[in-house]
Amino acid sequence: MAIKSKKKLVENIIHGVFLVLGLVTVGCVLLITVYLIVSGIPAIREIGLIDFLFGKEWASTAAEPKYGILPFILTSIYGTAGAIVIGVPIGFFTAVYLAKQAPTKFKAVMESAISLLAGIPSVVYGFVGMMVLVPGIRKVFNVPDGASLLAAIIVLAVMILPSIIKVSMTALEAVPKEYEDASLALGATPVETYFRVSVPAAKSGIATAVVLGVGRAIGEAMAVMMVSGNAANMPSLFQSVRFLTTAVSSEMAYSSGLQQQALFSIALVLFLFIMLINATLNFFLKGQKEGT
Amino acid sequence: MNIITAKDLCLWYDTLQALKNIDVEIPEKTITALIGPSGCGKSTFLKTLNRMNDLIPGVKITGSVCYQGKEIYAPGVDVSELRRQIGMVFQKPNPFPMSVYDNVAYGPRTHGITSRVKLNEIVERSLRNAVIWDEVKDRLRKNALGLSGGQQQRLCIARALAVEPQVLLMDEPTSALDPISTSKIEELVTSLKEKYTIVIVTHNMQQAVRISDQTAFFLLGELIEYGNTEQMFSKPKEKRTEGYITGRFG
Amino acid sequence: MQHNPLPARRKAYIGTMRMLMWISVAIAGALVLFLVGYVLVKGIPNITWELLSTKPSYLDGTIGILPNILNTVYIILATLVVVLPLGVGAAIYLTEYAGNQKIVGMIEYAAETLSGIPSIIYGLVGMLFFCQFMNMQTSLLAGSLTLVIMNLPTIMRTTQESLKTVPQSYREGAFGLGAGKWRVIRTVVLPGCVDGIVTGCILAIGRILGESAALLFTAGFAHALNGLFDGLTSAGATLTVALYVYAKEQGEFDVAFAIAAILMVLTVLVNLCAALVGKYFKRKNSV
Repeated sequence: MAIKSKKKLVENIIHGVFLVLGLVTVGCVLLITVYLIVSGIPAIREIGLIDFLFGKEWASTAAEPKYGILPFILTSIYGTAGAIVIGVPIGFFTAVYLAKQAPTKFKAVMESAISLLAGIPSVVYGFVGMMVLVPGIRKVFNVPDGASLLAAIIVLAVMILPSIIKVSMTALEAVPKEYEDASLALGATPVETYFRVSVPAAKSGIATAVVLGVGRAIGEAMAVMMVSGNAANMPSLFQSVRFLTTAVSSEMAYSSGLQQQALFSIALVLFLFIMLINATLNFFLKGQKEGT
Repeated sequence: MNIITAKDLCLWYDTLQALKNIDVEIPEKTITALIGPSGCGKSTFLKTLNRMNDLIPGVKITGSVCYQGKEIYAPGVDVSELRRQIGMVFQKPNPFPMSVYDNVAYGPRTHGITSRVKLNEIVERSLRNAVIWDEVKDRLRKNALGLSGGQQQRLCIARALAVEPQVLLMDEPTSALDPISTSKIEELVTSLKEKYTIVIVTHNMQQAVRISDQTAFFLLGELIEYGNTEQMFSKPKEKRTEGYITGRFG
Repeated sequence: MQHNPLPARRKAYIGTMRMLMWISVAIAGALVLFLVGYVLVKGIPNITWELLSTKPSYLDGTIGILPNILNTVYIILATLVVVLPLGVGAAIYLTEYAGNQKIVGMIEYAAETLSGIPSIIYGLVGMLFFCQFMNMQTSLLAGSLTLVIMNLPTIMRTTQESLKTVPQSYREGAFGLGAGKWRVIRTVVLPGCVDGIVTGCILAIGRILGESAALLFTAGFAHALNGLFDGLTSAGATLTVALYVYAKEQGEFDVAFAIAAILMVLTVLVNLCAALVGKYFKRKNSV
């Protein structure tokens, strides 16, 4: 009897240990949320929410500092939108080709190439962008400095490509063959079938891919920091710009006081954007599970 | 008048021969049933008639299939137009995940019809011909996957009819359905005979007797016997046919 | 059968779509070739034994990346040591213990949220919590702990997926013999999910290798040469952070190219390992 109850006690303790391990994740999310809110609020309170979010000027080190982050917000939005506009079509058509038309061997080679693209560190993207893209833009468009929103958009477009291709491919490959057979039997050619039947049938998966791309683009810091010039300008294609992410990282090393707190507030804004994107993502994932 | 003639037709999946020297003549505006145990080649044969086997890698076909007197495996044949004229209905109802209307309009749109009025007309006529109009006329814009299995299959028939085919190939169209839906489809198929030539693969011998004019019995890739359905089921010429239809194997 | 060709409009549509697919695939393929080729061609000539085996010296004006290599190894080890028990434990809780669907949903939602948070935010919170609040200063340890949070969802997910493939009958068999739950987990369930753990480790290594934003303010960018244990408590730059520093702040492009090439080769290796391991376990599971 004693042995049995001891055994049960041990089992219960182990159960408890695993429960705690499981809850670590939840704890981490809470930790991050709480820290961001607690450290992000004071500066917003001091600066004023409207002045902070909609102020057009950021001059944190001036004698009379100004903390308006509208340039960063807009740059992040434009930069992400630009990356999506360039990256999504390329990723989408590549995914359709690889999922539906490519010969098996070519598909295998391309798939590993795309995994490689996904694995390349963002500093390497940033560095290559800095060495190739930035001087290239300066020459081609004849602007004084190539470190610009355009450079960041191109780098981001390349960086979101692998996840867009992979997620879209998975969705396209999951389209039941019966749909495609029916379309072919009606006299549609394979290409017509892929774009008129398979793609609509995979649309929620493809939407998920796009949202994932948005999330990745808006959260990227290092690569963008290396090619965008980092001046707190309002966004313009050929000008040096600063994103929400790079606003945090470029001043963090030497900031203090209200300036540092304002950086935390920027991180909070970024976090809210990400949460919004996650909610959208969950919405699409749910749609996928329930079947279209 | 024979609309389809297969002569000395052989088909290989890589090295496996699935059809052996098939000779069949299918008369216009009749129902032909293809029967035989699983894996006997009846579905494979059906798919050679609209070249759906082209899509499977490693398939090799010899011999000839003529549709309206012309070889369908000749080089330069427009497969898209062939499949428009020889429609197909599959074993499992497979409506597209789109609205009822878009399902039926898919074929005509693919073949270049864009006029709203014309599409409306085609959709209604096809749905009426497939005897499903009354059930779906109020939900044309709803997703077709919300229909019952039997309704989905009739929708698929309507979708096939919308491109005005001459021939309708049906691959066990009732095997996934309940008895009531099955009898509705059988009734529909019988009524379609007036305008279309129908070739139907079936596992169900009663179904073959009920609806078909002639029956082809396949076994291990060979066509064992082909002839008038009544005669075949009452006085089969071949021992093996008799064995199968009396239920001794298969 | 008429031999009329497809109408022009259909032909144009098909042609356009084909063209778009080919162009896109060509762009994607060319990008990979260019990136890999460019980095390797520019980088490999700059990789010398001296670079790999020394530390930077201001007196001699030489640069060596040995400290960065070691820091990367230390951070990978330290992160894995902490994240493995946490992630595997959480996965075991989810698949073996949790009865309450609310808790399961909450944990899974939390994991999803974590994997969507950008690394710069991890870096910031890591700095606030580990470096300042826990008083670890800027150190490899603080960096590792930050990376632990980042990689938790990965390890959890891969382990969970492989736990799902352990047949229920194994568990039932062991329970039928009167084994307690913990014993069943140790003897039947854990050995069954080795493949998930290994895959998770490889993915995590790949991610740690490539991470920089989360480390910039938690592990810092010092280039001092340390042993494992002093290393953990002092600041240090990993290869990625060093690449950033050399390229952006010091303009040492040759060194930066060398590091980029090393990172590229390591990325290829990690991908190769992941593919091989995946193949190996697939074959093993199917037998």
